[in-house]
Amino acid sequence: MSTTIEQFADLSATTLLRFATAGSVDDGKSTLVGRLLHDSKSVLTDQLEAVEAASAKRGQDAPDLALLTDGLRAEREQGITIDVAYRYFATPRRRFILADTPGHVQYTRNMVTGASTADLALVLVDARNGVVEQTRRHAAVAALLRVPHVVLAVNKMDLVGYEEAVFAAIAEEFTTYAAELGVPEITAIPISALAGDNVVEPSAHMDWYGGPTVLEHLETVPVSHDLTGCHARLPVQYVIRPQTAEHPDYRGYAGQIAAGTFRVGESVTVLPSGRTSKISGIDLLGESVDVAWTPQSVTLLLEDDVDISRGDLIVPSGDAPATTQDVEATVCHVADQPLAVGHRVLLKHGTRTVKAIVKDIPSRLTLDDLSLHPHPGQLVANDIGRVKIRTAEPLPLDSYADSRRTGAFILIDPADGTTLTAGMVGESFASPEPVKADVDYDGWDF
Amino acid sequence: MTTPAAALTEGTDSPYALSHLDALESEAVHIFREVAGEFERPVILFSGGKDSIVMLHLALKAFAPAAVPFTLLHVDTGHNFPEVIEYRDRVVAEHGLRLHVASVQEYIDRGDLKERPDGTRNPLQTVPLTEAIQRHRFDAVFGGGRRDEEKARAKERVFSLRDEFSQWDPRRQRPELWQLYNGRHAPGEHVRVFPLSNWTELDVWQYIAREEIELPQIYFAHEREVFQRAGMWLTAGDWGGPKQGESVEKRLIRYRTVGDMSCTGAVDSDATTLDAVIAEIAASRLTERGATRADDKMSEAAMEDRKREGYF
Repeated sequence: MSTTIEQFADLSATTLLRFATAGSVDDGKSTLVGRLLHDSKSVLTDQLEAVEAASAKRGQDAPDLALLTDGLRAEREQGITIDVAYRYFATPRRRFILADTPGHVQYTRNMVTGASTADLALVLVDARNGVVEQTRRHAAVAALLRVPHVVLAVNKMDLVGYEEAVFAAIAEEFTTYAAELGVPEITAIPISALAGDNVVEPSAHMDWYGGPTVLEHLETVPVSHDLTGCHARLPVQYVIRPQTAEHPDYRGYAGQIAAGTFRVGESVTVLPSGRTSKISGIDLLGESVDVAWTPQSVTLLLEDDVDISRGDLIVPSGDAPATTQDVEATVCHVADQPLAVGHRVLLKHGTRTVKAIVKDIPSRLTLDDLSLHPHPGQLVANDIGRVKIRTAEPLPLDSYADSRRTGAFILIDPADGTTLTAGMVGESFASPEPVKADVDYDGWDF
Repeated sequence: MTTPAAALTEGTDSPYALSHLDALESEAVHIFREVAGEFERPVILFSGGKDSIVMLHLALKAFAPAAVPFTLLHVDTGHNFPEVIEYRDRVVAEHGLRLHVASVQEYIDRGDLKERPDGTRNPLQTVPLTEAIQRHRFDAVFGGGRRDEEKARAKERVFSLRDEFSQWDPRRQRPELWQLYNGRHAPGEHVRVFPLSNWTELDVWQYIAREEIELPQIYFAHEREVFQRAGMWLTAGDWGGPKQGESVEKRLIRYRTVGDMSCTGAVDSDATTLDAVIAEIAASRLTERGATRADDKMSEAAMEDRKREGYF
């Protein structure tokens, strides 16, 4: 047996990386994903046999690794695409959760969904085509969603003779564009998913490239950062009150820390009420700790008997966000029914759901060229736009730039519960003015 | 396996990075607490299998020192392993939980369900499950399904909306953004919730080892009288095996999954401890379902079909 208990011991100390892939239809994304799974030995014999059988049925000689990520029969029959398929693989260093988003149909919605929880976005381009409209769109979604790390995989290097100059030109064009949008970190890697160059193993054909392979980069990119400067936020999910003989007075505020760190002894404020207290204890799933941080699920105990319920937000007293009933945000519309000015919706932020009304849709943004179209009246599926929303109750909102979790919200249709829109509070992009206005809206810009 | 990154600089993760088990645990606890906060009548599907045992363990941790604010539901096929039923009843008593049982045998006895010619009862669970959900008006139903199990599950949401017939309609699935789960549903509808969505089989075993969670003994190597059917070692017994022409032999085996005796296959194994089981799984070249589930071998889309009809 090749696997030992020592390896298990290593595995239990690994970290978790969530990443999303983005690519156009023919740029080899499925092959890359198939190869990552296959070469990291995450495809098991029975899965491979199924792929071989399906490939043979279609008259292909070699197993088509793209079939590993094939869709459901319901999708094929109904001509629909379920937005994101999740894949899992592991190396001794890390566990990976891959949000694999199909490229063609409902593209923006899919990538926004996948990118919303991703630490890294993997953007593919075909080396023969270079940076195309789709690529700029992928970069824009990664920038909008503030994905911390972006990888540009320049694929099909085998078809351009493994030429360094081809890679360098594409990498520079993409990096310049993404940096303008405020993407904080970009790594470009020349690969051939089909031949396996620089995916898991270093390429024998590109001596000029000294950087990591795709998998090496995925294994080593930081998944967390120094949290000491972050705004600490705990949305209260549930109040734990045993009311038993053993715990007659226990009253704990349970939630997953959405950002930053909390310490015992710290003064905290509860929003939206504004009441204050001090943290008297932190229960980390059965273990009493002095400090806890995101994304740990904890139970906070406070010195005073404060009235706190689900939906409240606990924050450090010196670092409370302003509460507001007027929300300005960038949104991605994800539902088939449109969102129009005047619509009454529900807004879910953290653990709080409130009534809201769409007051204005000042503009719609075209991701391909970042042009801005004023007053579109409504947003349809896959549109990105700016919205102004009035909520029935004040909300403690961070800007999405400061906190991906407490700066995000969804809009819900109160009638049928459909998730309508993904919202990000504040400015769209990290950089000052990447967006250009385009008053001559001609309707041809999706 | 090679370790391509071993040569690169160590320690790229800050001290705030959680281990993958801590991250998965925190995510699952968050899901349990969201349901407790937003639903009226949640229930945990509890079979006594390892995934449901891990779910219960997480629920106990999520609400301690208070009691778990959910009841349990077991769909009993009538062909369950006695060791598992014994375990189930002991755990329920130990934690003072309330258990509902939906009995496939009762449906068969009443003539409401017909035994299949192959004796497999797994597909028969859907009706008792659906009717139990309707009868008790459960609005959130926790299942132990994992996305790594199978490709129909790979696209499952954490919060999965079901209509009043428990059916899964891929077109009505909602995009799940950030950690903002949308559990809204109409009266009569319910939401299936999968807190272990992002766990793999190996994660489940590592977590069981780390938390020292007790499991039914059939998960560990033991001698058992088995016979071969459709390429799987099935346990001999009153449920309907062996048939004529199938010969029984004694083998050292263990179970990788626990379900109905008629379709859950054993694997040859000498793993008598958790560490040995983990080593075996890490080295296995077969998926859990491919190795042990006859029902998933029926067709390429077997799981997808059962899921749409309201299966777990």
